[in-house]
Amino acid sequence: MSEMRDMLLDSARRIFADYCAPAKVIRVEQGEWPAELWQALESTGLPLMLVPESLGGSGLDWADALALLRLSGRYSTPVPLGETLLAADLLARAGITPPAGPLSVAPACPGDLPRLGNGDGPVLSATLQRVPWGRYAAGIAAVVRDGDGRRVVLVDPAHGVIEEGVNLAGEPRDGISFERAPVRFGELLPEADVSFLLRMYGALVRAAQMTGAMDRALELAVAYAGEREQFGRPIGRFQAIQQQLAVMTGDVAASSAALEAAGERLGREGAWFFAAVACARIAEAAGPAASVAHQVHGAMGFTYEHSLHLSTRRLWSWREEFGSEREWGERIGRSLAARGADALWPLLTETETGDTQPPPG
Amino acid sequence: MARLDLEFAAQPLPREAEALRAEVRGFLAQEREAGTFEPTCDCWLHHDVGLTRRIAQRGWIGLTWPERYGGGGRSILERFVVTEELLAAGAPVGAHWVADRQSGPLFLKFGTEEQKSFFLPRITRGECFFAIGLSEPGSGSDLASVRTRAVRSDGFWCLNGTKIWSSGAHRAHYMIVLCRTEPAGEDRHAGLSQLAVDLSAPGVTIRPIYNLAGEHHFNEVVFEDVEVPDERVVGGVGAGWRQVTSELAFERSGPERYMSIYPLFVELIRRIGPEPGAATASELGRLAARLFTLRQMSLSVNGRLQAGFSPDLEAALVKDVGTRFERDVPEAARMLAPFDGDGRAEAPFPSLLADALLHAPSFTLRGGTNEILRGLIARGLGLR
Repeated sequence: MSEMRDMLLDSARRIFADYCAPAKVIRVEQGEWPAELWQALESTGLPLMLVPESLGGSGLDWADALALLRLSGRYSTPVPLGETLLAADLLARAGITPPAGPLSVAPACPGDLPRLGNGDGPVLSATLQRVPWGRYAAGIAAVVRDGDGRRVVLVDPAHGVIEEGVNLAGEPRDGISFERAPVRFGELLPEADVSFLLRMYGALVRAAQMTGAMDRALELAVAYAGEREQFGRPIGRFQAIQQQLAVMTGDVAASSAALEAAGERLGREGAWFFAAVACARIAEAAGPAASVAHQVHGAMGFTYEHSLHLSTRRLWSWREEFGSEREWGERIGRSLAARGADALWPLLTETETGDTQPPPG
Repeated sequence: MARLDLEFAAQPLPREAEALRAEVRGFLAQEREAGTFEPTCDCWLHHDVGLTRRIAQRGWIGLTWPERYGGGGRSILERFVVTEELLAAGAPVGAHWVADRQSGPLFLKFGTEEQKSFFLPRITRGECFFAIGLSEPGSGSDLASVRTRAVRSDGFWCLNGTKIWSSGAHRAHYMIVLCRTEPAGEDRHAGLSQLAVDLSAPGVTIRPIYNLAGEHHFNEVVFEDVEVPDERVVGGVGAGWRQVTSELAFERSGPERYMSIYPLFVELIRRIGPEPGAATASELGRLAARLFTLRQMSLSVNGRLQAGFSPDLEAALVKDVGTRFERDVPEAARMLAPFDGDGRAEAPFPSLLADALLHAPSFTLRGGTNEILRGLIARGLGLR
């Protein structure tokens, strides 16, 4: 791990610890915007860390961002940090200087994109579904069709009608309807399918956050097992509890390894495959990990008062967003099947690059 | 002490390891062309002395050991590559497996100069095979309860007792026997020692134990007044427990903990064909995601070992997660491709699936049960 990343994580940890206490997260779930938390993050430049210095960012890479997002997931950080990182990166790739403030993305499926129209300039008439933190965003990066190509556009939710929605964790997931809303667009992107890129990085953001949420759930469960006494001793002394926590640790360990492996390869040819592996593996771990954490906490963990649900409701939400393990597994499976049995080993050992693009659809 | 920050950093392979990989692939391609073996599941239990000798000629046994003992003087990551290539090919590497993975490293770390010069070159030439002598009829998971005992006599130790589940003992030359050299006292881990016992010595009886597939890998090995020379005590008298437990990260984190069913996985892809339906593709993809992730975990632990750390907790996690994957693959395979329950049908998919189903119970038992591993993990979490 680089020194730069250590410093970044240290300053982020201080902010998360100061501003993301469980009571604060609950207040955000109930409709409050944590302005101080966002200001603290913005003052460190973290939300724009992926943007090149020429466009006002600090030019760090996605592996650093995923480490940061894992930490943010640990604290259930109630702001669109991952969404801002992703939106700013997409906008910068398209040559658009990201606006200040929290940003978001429109998580459309690659096969289901709105079309760009023309008014006094480019305009968008479409409903963007389940935009994370949409109501608070200063701008939304969306991928649209333009003729036969794809473009990243920046649209201001102030120009649309917002229908508020939430996920299981009370995080805003808003529908936003635009009628001939003005957009800014950049150059056509060299990537063959930028809508896939948005989905992939979106899923990686969630994968990193889920790994952090599992870190926290494990930490809480281990602490609780050490404190809660029944039959005259801490329940963590019972093998039945130890075995379950050990299995959960395996899921967290696998998630950690999958995330590191994906982060390391981003930007390389065929990196989507390792990203897909991480997204599938981590989303698959989330459910069982949450189950064990709850089983160990007993009825106490099922109360609103206990903070475990801040992590587990996020796990149950995040694993569905930008594609569940079913969707990512399908991409991996179709790619492997199409390349054939004898291609598996070269692919696994990375002695040959796999498909440069995921299977279409 | 609680350990919640698990270290699984990405571990790239050095260039020289990839060069070595190409050599191993070339070798295996030649062997396959010559028809010297068919890929099997659990290939690291299958003996083929001829193949072992040819692997030895290439210098791939004792790869990490010093050159003065016949070793290759190469890194743990290079050994990782050789091991995973052999396992991926389903090659019968069981003859030298224990000596290469456990016995040789034990001598290197704790053995006398005489033991190193005697055993290591023979092992690297593929001429000296070892069996594991840990479990006994009354001692499995509770290994410290072993009752095999050695009593000091004039210039030798007199060994009595029974070892069980000793894979390949009927073809091995030596067994590293964990035994009591002092009566059990308050510290039950004290008073244990390791002896390198010549299995052709008088008083050694080896009886086969057939596994549920009807194969002979296991043995019961009985020692009756076997005379073991003084110079065959490995390491310190009374230091057996520490020695046995000191190198476990190595054997627990290797590719054999998630690749025992690899040939089946390959044939499953072939059986599924190039254009699976969505549900089949997704199931296959999620299994593959587990496999790819396990390799990264194993690589990461091997990188830590190479760097001189002893990542025991991480290694136990690789074995628990890896062997559960191995158990799940045959079950998933029978859902994804039709199987009529007859392993003798047309090869290779049905026969590999039958092979995997019949061997699966052992995946989560051998080398320490998953329950014992999880106990270790729980200790790492600070729960016990």
